[in-house]
This record gives sequence, structure tokens and C-alpha cells, in this order.
Amino acid sequence: MAKESATSVSSEEKSAGAPKKARGQVYILQERCKGCGYCVEFCPLGVLVMSSRFNAKGYHYPEVAHAEKCSGCDLCGMYCPDFSIHGARRPTKE
Amino acid sequence: MTDVAETCVQENPVERYLRMDRIPHIWCPGCGIGTTVNCFARAIEQADVDLEKLAIVSGIGCTGRVAGYLNFDSFHTTHGRAIPFATGLKLANPDLKVVVYSGDGDLVAIGGNHFIHAARRNADLTVICVNNFNYAMTGGQAAPTTPLDAMGTTAPYGVCERPFNLPFLAKSCGAVYVARWTTYHVRQITKAMVEAMNKDGFSFVEIISPCPTLYERRNRLGSGLDRMKWFKENSVIKNGSDTRNIDIAYQQPIICGKFVDIDRPSLLEVTEAKIGDIRGKQRWADVSRRQKKSIEQTE
Ligand SMILES: Cc1ncc(C[n+]2csc(CCOP(=O)(O)OP(=O)(O)O)c2C)c(N)n1
Ligand code: SF4
Ligand code: SF4
Ligand code: SF4
Ligand SMILES: [Mg+2]
Repeated sequence: MAKESATSVSSEEKSAGAPKKARGQVYILQERCKGCGYCVEFCPLGVLVMSSRFNAKGYHYPEVAHAEKCSGCDLCGMYCPDFSIHGARRPTKE
Repeated sequence: MTDVAETCVQENPVERYLRMDRIPHIWCPGCGIGTTVNCFARAIEQADVDLEKLAIVSGIGCTGRVAGYLNFDSFHTTHGRAIPFATGLKLANPDLKVVVYSGDGDLVAIGGNHFIHAARRNADLTVICVNNFNYAMTGGQAAPTTPLDAMGTTAPYGVCERPFNLPFLAKSCGAVYVARWTTYHVRQITKAMVEAMNKDGFSFVEIISPCPTLYERRNRLGSGLDRMKWFKENSVIKNGSDTRNIDIAYQQPIICGKFVDIDRPSLLEVTEAKIGDIRGKQRWADVSRRQKKSIEQTE
């Protein structure tokens, strides 16, 4: 079992160096996740993958594979039964 | 707009409506109940409800825990009795928006009598039923919703009874709003919840949900994810369907949609009109005319 890890990983942290063009951002609380895979399956843009690592409870959790694709549609947030992921639109520049 | 986006990314938007000291919740991995709560959290923001006056009433069961997790005036009542608690709450305090959030067993098995009468009376309630086809909390017993031939702990050779078709039951008893979706349809669930909460009278939303630990496992239907993919591939959206034709058969396509959206005088309206009349305000004549018309239309 993995040791205690960061409670929140945002796509921004994950994708240091990725072009900052994404319209949205996804937030993951990996320690709350129970590994159902709904977010990965139903993200319409293929932003997420299931990690091969485990959280402290022993579940695989989602990771951001393509931060630049996230639209912030929050479908992952709607599906997640454990309230451990959500997406939000990035503020549009004035 | 910019400010909103910046603040809401900090925490999951559902959290502001939850009792966070009770999270993580007890629901199993892949249980659909949490998904419906996400939809509800979005729906209350879009519906015409004052969050200060929102009350959530649940019975007993895995779904019955919803009242305990939502941070509103919530009532975790006795098994099957969510609707009578809710009806009393609404009649005594008509300013409240009262939402009943419970399981199929709670609402239509032990609570079935209350369900039909609340629909008949057009009690001013929004009833959200998470239908996972079994009594989950007590270990997967067959319910009045378990499809013919499906297994339950009390039906090891498969159910041999005819199940209820909940939208038909609600409609025939007099509900003014009736919809059915699966947990795959998160956007549609949200919209249905909004529409239901915006109605006066008895509105009903059925949500077919995975219970991977009991129903799916006993019937060898795979994980929650397998079930969600199955919902995606086997749901047929037919808004306005005649509710007589939307029975659920074991592993056959599920007909989803909005089936009923009508108006007729609600329990609160007829009660207030009647009392007004007794006190000399003469409001009953008009309301009773509409009440009679609604009875003729149903027949
Ligand atoms: C009067 C009474 N009878 C029986 C029970 C046992 N019991 C608890 S929950 C439940 C059924 C729950 O089924 P459902 O409403 O479908 O909820 P789910 O757990 O499936 O979400 C039963 C029979 C009880 N708590 N009280
Ligand atoms: S939907 Fe939620 S619980 Fe399921 S894998 Fe994704 S983050 Fe984890
Ligand atoms: S917000 Fe939308 S696009 Fe971004 S990860 Fe979630 S589901 Fe995918
Ligand atoms: S037993 Fe079924 S309904 Fe209850 S929490 Fe587990 S998956 Fe959900
Ligand atoms: Mg149930």
C-alpha cells in the first residue's frame, strides 16, 4: 500500500510544462477515491487514466494524462460517487 | 464570472452541501447513490428553491443515508415512513421545499401505501427514488422492483413475481411529474430533478442505479463500471412514453425519459382553499372545479 500522499493533485501540477491552453482544469482528491473508474471511462476528452499506484485505502485512482485537453465540463465530477474529482472551467481572459 | 470560476475550483462543488465531518461516506466502490447526490447538488442550484428552506427526508437503507450526508434540514426517518414525515412537514410549514430521497424498498415496498396515497393526494413533495433493484442495506433481498428472473438473497433461483413499474404506479396514482433515468444520465437526472422541484404537487424521479456489491454481484453482471457501460448501451430515451409500456425486464433495454408533466391542484392548494372557504374567503369553488377536471382527465 502506498504511503500517505498529497491530498490533491491538480492537472496544473501534473502537467508542468504543458501548454497552458486548456479550457478547464481537473482536481483529484486521490485519497478519497474508491477506484470505480467512472471518471476515466466517461471523460469525453480522454483526459484521465487509471494510475497503477494505490492510495492508502488500496484503490487505484485516476491521474491526468492529457491536461491540455480538459474542457472543464465537470462530467467527471458529476459521475464520481465519492466526491473525489471535479472539473472546472478556467477563467477566460478579459 | 471570473471570480466564481476561481473560487469554485478550490473544492469540489458538492462539498458545500455535504456534512463534511461524515465524509468519506459508507457507500461501496461504484455505488450509484453518490452519483445521484452530485446531480442533486447541481440541481438545487438551478431549481427555484431557497436553500435555507430546503428539507431532505429519507427512510432507511443505503439510499436513506443521503439525508444524513446532505447539510440541509434533514430527517432520517423510520423505514418506509419518509413520505408521511415529509407530508406533515410540508403541511405544517408550507414555505419549505420538501424532497424525499430514498430507496426502492423504502418507498414502494414497506412504504408503498404512503407512496400511492401521496401521489393520489398530490402532496407537495419531490420524491427521488434510487432504484437498485434490491434491499441493499440488509444484504440484497429481492424487492418489489427486482426484475423477473433476477436473483436476490431471498430469490436464489430467480424472482418469479411481477415487479412494479414505478413510473406507471406514480402516474396512475396521480403524480404530476414522472421521469426515469439511469445513473449514466447525469445531465438528464439533474434536469429532471430541477423540473421536479419546480413543480407544485407530487413529482417523482426514478433513478436506476448500480449496487455492485449485491445486485450486480449476485446476478454476475460485473462491476459498477460494467453496469454503467451497460446502462449507456441499453437505455432507450423515449420522452412522453405511455408509462404502461415501460416495464423493466431483466437485462432488457431500459426506457428512460420524462413521461408525465401535468398540472392539477396540489394537496396544499386544496387544503388551503377548503380552509379559506370555511373562513369565508370562497376560494374552494374555483379549486374544486379544477380538481374535478383533473379527475375526469385521468379517467
Ligand atoms: C420496520 C423495518 N423493517 C425492516 C428494516 C430492515 N431494513 C433496513 S433497510 C431495508 C431495505 C432497504 O432497501 P431500499 O429502500 O431499496 O434501500 P437500499 O439499501 O437498496 O438503497 C430493510 C428491509 C428496518 N430497518 N425497519
Ligand atoms: S469516479 Fe471518483 S471514485 Fe471513481 S475512480 Fe474516478 S475519482 Fe475515483
Ligand atoms: S472536466 Fe470534463 S474534460 Fe476535464 S477531466 Fe473532467 S470530464 Fe474530462
Ligand atoms: S450495498 Fe449496494 S446500494 Fe448499498 S452502498 Fe453498497 S453498492 Fe451501494
Ligand atoms: Mg434498493
